[in-house]
Amino acid sequence: MEADKIPVYRYVDSISFGVLNPKTIQDIATVKVVTPELYDKEGYPVDGGLMDTRMGVIDPGLRCKVCGGKIHECLGHFGYIALARPVIHVKFVKIIHNLLRCTCRECGRVLIPDEKRKHIMDEINRIEEEGTRSEMVSLVSKIISKTKTSKKCPHCKAEQKKITLDKPTTFLENDKRITPIEVRTRLEKINDEDLKLFRINPKTARPEWMVLTVFPVAPVSMRPSITLQTGERSEDDLTHKLGDIVRINQRLFENINAGAPEIIIEDLWDLLQYHVTTYFDNRISQVPPARHRSGQPLTTLSERIVSKEGRIRHNLAGKRTNFSARTVISPDPLIKLNEIGVPQVIAMTLTVPERITEWNMEYLKKFVERGPSKYPGANYVVRPDGRKKKINDETREQLLEELQPGYKVERHLIDGDIALFNRQPSLHRMSMMAHKVKVLPYRTFRLNPAVCNPYNADFDGDEMNLHIPQTEEARSEAERLMIIEKQMISPRYGLSVIGVLQDGISGNYVLTKYMKLPRKKAAELLGQAGLLDYIDKLPNKKEVDGKEIFSVLIPDDFNFKGECKDPDETEVIIEKGKLKKGVMDKKNLGEESGFMLREINKQYGEKFALEFIGNTLRLGITSLMFYGFSAHISDADLPKNVTRLIDQELEKAKQDVDEFIKKYKDGKLEPLAGRTLKESVELRILERLNKARNKLGNIVNKNSSKLTPSLIMARSGARGNLLNLTQITACVGQQALRGKRIEGGYKDRTLSSFKKNDLGPAARGFIENGFKAGMKPHEFFFAAMTGRDSLMDTALRTPKSGYLYRRLSNALQDLKAMKDGSVRDGDDNIIEFLYGEDGIDVSKSEGGKINVNLIISKVLENK
Amino acid sequence: MGKSIFSEYKNVLPKGLIEEVKSKIPSKTSDKKVKEIMEEVVKEYEKIRIEGGEGIGLVAAESIGEPSTQMTLNTFHFAGVAEMNVTMGLPRVIEIFDARKKIKTPTMEIFLDKKYKNASVKEIKKLSMKIKSIQLGELAQEFKINLSDYKINIVLDKEKLEDAGLETGDVVSLLKKRTKTAKFSKAGKNEIIADVELRKEKGPNEVFRVREKLEKLVISGIKGITHVLPSKRTNPLTGEEELVIITAGSNLKDVLKLDFVDTTKTKSNDIYEIEDVLGIEAARQAIIDEVYTVLEEQGINVDIRHIMLVADTMCLNGEIEGITRYGIIKSKQGVLASASFETPIRHFTSAALKGTKDYLHSVIENVMLNQPIRVGTGLPKLRYVGKIENSKAKKA
Repeated sequence: MEADKIPVYRYVDSISFGVLNPKTIQDIATVKVVTPELYDKEGYPVDGGLMDTRMGVIDPGLRCKVCGGKIHECLGHFGYIALARPVIHVKFVKIIHNLLRCTCRECGRVLIPDEKRKHIMDEINRIEEEGTRSEMVSLVSKIISKTKTSKKCPHCKAEQKKITLDKPTTFLENDKRITPIEVRTRLEKINDEDLKLFRINPKTARPEWMVLTVFPVAPVSMRPSITLQTGERSEDDLTHKLGDIVRINQRLFENINAGAPEIIIEDLWDLLQYHVTTYFDNRISQVPPARHRSGQPLTTLSERIVSKEGRIRHNLAGKRTNFSARTVISPDPLIKLNEIGVPQVIAMTLTVPERITEWNMEYLKKFVERGPSKYPGANYVVRPDGRKKKINDETREQLLEELQPGYKVERHLIDGDIALFNRQPSLHRMSMMAHKVKVLPYRTFRLNPAVCNPYNADFDGDEMNLHIPQTEEARSEAERLMIIEKQMISPRYGLSVIGVLQDGISGNYVLTKYMKLPRKKAAELLGQAGLLDYIDKLPNKKEVDGKEIFSVLIPDDFNFKGECKDPDETEVIIEKGKLKKGVMDKKNLGEESGFMLREINKQYGEKFALEFIGNTLRLGITSLMFYGFSAHISDADLPKNVTRLIDQELEKAKQDVDEFIKKYKDGKLEPLAGRTLKESVELRILERLNKARNKLGNIVNKNSSKLTPSLIMARSGARGNLLNLTQITACVGQQALRGKRIEGGYKDRTLSSFKKNDLGPAARGFIENGFKAGMKPHEFFFAAMTGRDSLMDTALRTPKSGYLYRRLSNALQDLKAMKDGSVRDGDDNIIEFLYGEDGIDVSKSEGGKINVNLIISKVLENK
Repeated sequence: MGKSIFSEYKNVLPKGLIEEVKSKIPSKTSDKKVKEIMEEVVKEYEKIRIEGGEGIGLVAAESIGEPSTQMTLNTFHFAGVAEMNVTMGLPRVIEIFDARKKIKTPTMEIFLDKKYKNASVKEIKKLSMKIKSIQLGELAQEFKINLSDYKINIVLDKEKLEDAGLETGDVVSLLKKRTKTAKFSKAGKNEIIADVELRKEKGPNEVFRVREKLEKLVISGIKGITHVLPSKRTNPLTGEEELVIITAGSNLKDVLKLDFVDTTKTKSNDIYEIEDVLGIEAARQAIIDEVYTVLEEQGINVDIRHIMLVADTMCLNGEIEGITRYGIIKSKQGVLASASFETPIRHFTSAALKGTKDYLHSVIENVMLNQPIRVGTGLPKLRYVGKIENSKAKKA
């Protein structure tokens, strides 16, 4: 685009809403549309037709007759149709009805005596000053419901008749039809002051404007036609509808001028009303929707605006961007946490504009020299007037000569560029974070597995999006606000969402709990983990233990006291950068739980914390390799005597249950407070069986070796828990459906393989086998039942919670904290005087609190 | 210890924080040290204060919306044998944020006055029966209809009568107080005769109608409370044992009038009722508490600030407004913003009638117009003071 053709950009300050009045419609119009014909024989738009070039152009080559603009330059202009007879606007029918009922048919005044009217006005003014919105709404509806039944005008004493609305657009007075002409004259009579009672602003919405006498024709650019491959033209639905309106309107004119009988005129009038109505809204329940010849309903104005696929939510609130990429993700624990591996193909397509200055001219020239097909090159050169030039073999030499300060080069992505990385659904602000580009071979995005959690990503085929910010402002905002380390601490609860995970956790657990290595071997371990710089920090001993190896990563002046997840360890003590006691597990390193991570983040800054997580993760993984770690089926093996113990426990539970049932059947069971007998026995059984499984868990826990890999994973919090293990080795346990044992199915029994009214454990979904031993057919069936129930639950929940989320974000999106700590909405009304009652940012504090004890002891100790 | 030192910081630190420091400083600390500590606290506080422009609202929405995908739809109590069935999980959160007038499972926790601390189980049961609303039909064993005399013989169940702590005579007097449809008299140990003679002219069908009415007549207890469950529980804060009556159905106003109720602790889960009886501030607190407990129950960790913010916006106008298209979303923002939520056309027409001017303060409106939003880094504006040379040909 040439410089002088760039449209003027203005900042929109406000938008006023109102009803178009007939005069304005004519004033803004450039054409009076008089014929339904669209094109002449040559295929040019007809003058006075619906595609008149004065309303804008959609064909390349044609120019708008009003502004001279070509397609995309001219935004289009309105036209108008002079309606032969007035027609009611459907969207205002309710208001018109209320106004007709509440005003005098003779003098047009409100059917309220003057003094009372004054009282009501006072009340309106008061509510406007200090009242709530719902007060106002209820007042207005009260006014309407009270006055609409008045029989006599208090001003001119005229008798009032009952006016009813025959939906959608016909008004009846004592069952006699009032024509829109009559409606309009009555509305004209209402004076401006009276309109205030109905909360109508007479300056923007005189009621008679709601009865249309002239009809605005939307610009052509708003309803472009499509040319099919066959050369045929297919017009937009709105054009069809407008054509109907013009045609009927012309017929109506002719008939009126010819003095046709009243019936014919009225029929045509009704038809005109129908077309105008469906032009505005084709989904009104009382009106059959206007259809294409194929039977498919037309999409007219209302349908284009509303709903998720409508103009507002789809096109206005949702934007599309260039400079973005999407591909499958895969893990790479060896890149940094704040990096993103970008395939070279993508790096050569996405570009960053860089402005040429005296200082970087030579540097950028090299990019241009290499061109679009050699990495790292450049794809475009942008001249100062905004014109883009593609670099290719023909243009390269010339462009290279032309380059001078002020030009921009769109160069390929290189390592260190800022990019935004995102995974849907973007439920979080952490779902879109800034990474630094690292260009890598192959075709997937690579990311460090430690940052999966905030994105909620895994590598089973997930795809993610990449965006490259194009301006300095955007880049610096991304780097300062959105980069991983800045988003690490969740504003939801003040803990790190990024942490060591899976093998990293079990690795560090094994390292700090069991491992002991010769110093040489330890140095090798660190070296393999990519921690060469830390080898010097190893203590100079022949043999170093795991705690000492881990300690090399901790800063020398770090002190920490905390707990472990491992129940055998009491606490974690770190003194002067040395792990003295305890082991490293999920509680201190893990995502969403790492207390030690929070401390490190607070004391040494987010950059260091991120580095620390990366290092710890690699140390953990490498330690695991040194240790030799693999889960196997024999993890689930139990010694014979333990199996016997388990059987005994189950037998005991079954006996107890049988006893409950017997008591229940004999009517000797004590009911629980507030429960029926049936409920009581069910609850007791459920409780007993759950207790049995918990006991089995303890038995399994006690009798397995602590060195069992699966158990290590569970104990360190890396993956799985004791319950999973119990279910594999000992017993799956009771299957619960909607909080109860399984019931129903057949009459008085769950499956046909049971006796009727069998309340025993097996017949009601108790699975006594473990996964390893395998389930019996009926047990498998019960497991499938609960499995499906939980699938159903998720399927039903997702849309519900999504809607809740949408409502919340819509209601709260404008709230912001001000510098004084107050919370204000979009119009600067105060919502809270001090955010959260203390003005503290959750993501910067320890769970929204200041650690007062720490400060006190710090000050008092420094004597 | 220097009280004046603390009051110096009245305008710098939030009140709760000062109180916390006050209680945690050892009593022998010198004034100088106290001052030092306070300076440290101020430094720390300034560091973790919320930054100007931070889009707190969206953060709150995210903090509640994101974990709501993990909530269960149906929660039931497994272990707690002595619990009432209450709506929990996502449905409950939705119910609260919708500000529904009629909630699915209204319930109350009625704490008993201190003097009942050592009361026996029987006494508590008796008290709880006073609260439970009892219909005549529940007490009666049988309604014998005597059509020829227009009389109904009500045979009361002895055991149930005992449970309710009533005697036949009491029932008669209560009946006389509550209804005038018939004349009541005691007819035996457990029998009452209701005389419907008065309504003879309405025909024999009237007798059946009266019987139905009598069956549903609440003769004792508090209206709306259908079940009671007296229980003991230990207060998690003090470790003391407390007597609580958990109810199904809620009627805060009438329960608070009872003399054996500890009015400071008793609570209801019906937010509208709380607003009605105790006012909007109490309703705000109730919203916060209810949402927080539900989230906690689901094992979801959300900072209370976010919930507070939602509750505050809901109660901003002095009445509870739900987060719905009829509630705050309609009342608050500009036309385009509310149109972008739901029912856009309706918003446009009503805006046209009122001649509303939309000043585009909302985030979404500026997104629509491709303009900077008025939150975060979009808030501060740069102004160039000085001469502008060669202002021609400014590019976009």
